[in-house]
Amino acid sequence: MGIKETIEGSFHIIGGDFSRAGEASTEIKTLLQSLGISKEIVRRAAIATFEAEMNIIIYTPAGILRYEITPERIRIIAEDMGPGIEDIELAMQEGYSTAPEWVRELGWGSGMGLPNMKKNSDEFRIDSVVGEGTTVEMIIYLDKSENKN
Amino acid sequence: MTLQELKEKLSLNILTEGGQLDRQVTGGYVSDLLSDVMANAKEGDVWITLQTHLNIVAVASLKGISGIIIVNGRRPDDETLRKASEEGIPILGTDETAFEISGRIYKILNDA
Amino acid sequence: MRLEKIIQSLDAVVITKFMADSEEIDWACATDLMSEVLYYSRDSSVLITGLTKQQAIRTADIADIRVVVFTRGKEPDTSTVELANDKKVTLLITPYSMFTACGRLYEAGLRCCPE
Repeated sequence: MGIKETIEGSFHIIGGDFSRAGEASTEIKTLLQSLGISKEIVRRAAIATFEAEMNIIIYTPAGILRYEITPERIRIIAEDMGPGIEDIELAMQEGYSTAPEWVRELGWGSGMGLPNMKKNSDEFRIDSVVGEGTTVEMIIYLDKSENKN
Repeated sequence: MTLQELKEKLSLNILTEGGQLDRQVTGGYVSDLLSDVMANAKEGDVWITLQTHLNIVAVASLKGISGIIIVNGRRPDDETLRKASEEGIPILGTDETAFEISGRIYKILNDA
Repeated sequence: MRLEKIIQSLDAVVITKFMADSEEIDWACATDLMSEVLYYSRDSSVLITGLTKQQAIRTADIADIRVVVFTRGKEPDTSTVELANDKKVTLLITPYSMFTACGRLYEAGLRCCPE
């Protein structure tokens, strides 16, 4: 199965719901696999999406995870209604985290989420307004040789 | 095996000030979960972790940990290092992963 | 390293198994922090972790890791085993601590990553 036209969809993510954490990303991963996208690109997209999903669960009351797949690229947008990020530059540093202890005890909050999203995307954008929320946009090209800009 | 000997054998970087490298290392514990270390680490263990925040010092101090080795080239912030120096808990650093450094320490302690 | 050698080296109990004994595991990743797994691991790795929860299985699945080892003999709950079955993740339990598990696998020749 190839990609002929744009495929899109979205998931509502509820903050604090660790029992279902990762389900949306797993569904997106399964979809990408079914489209015959290469293993390495699926892995990168899955990791970036999973980190975005976890950030919504850990830090915010709720958010939306959207995906849009075209023959050229995968675009993931994570938009939340969380507290926002005061200092984005600091938040992007590996190992910097504001996660409380109980989150760390669940294996998260080690300050690698945003760096991980950036590492696995070809394009990464983050917008945040304190008190309103954060939007992360990630683009991963399906064929880097043709689409890299 | 002292922390100093381990430091030399593994080319670890010492991050804290104030020595205490003559402490004996009798075992190792690898964990990134503070509750796990609190429950299961033994006195004299060297603690191998990625965690760098302030609470590691209190946990190490309470458990009688001989020293902390931070892996993957991470560096704790100055507050953590200052607290560790105050408490006399040496913090050392390595660019290696937890798996690799644990494997090597396990071998060194077994051969000693 | 063959899966069977990992099982033997760790005196592991096999909870779920979706690989042949002869299948090769190339690398090891030992951590309790899931973002570290996602950041540093490669596919065809074994994840050694004390985080004996669903999240470890979920993270392994996302990162194409097919073998997970829970340390210190901790029995996972039913939902964790169900998820491992669902995602076809091979799940082992070793009685050893993470330190000893790393030590035994390192001694047996497994490495964390390419030189």
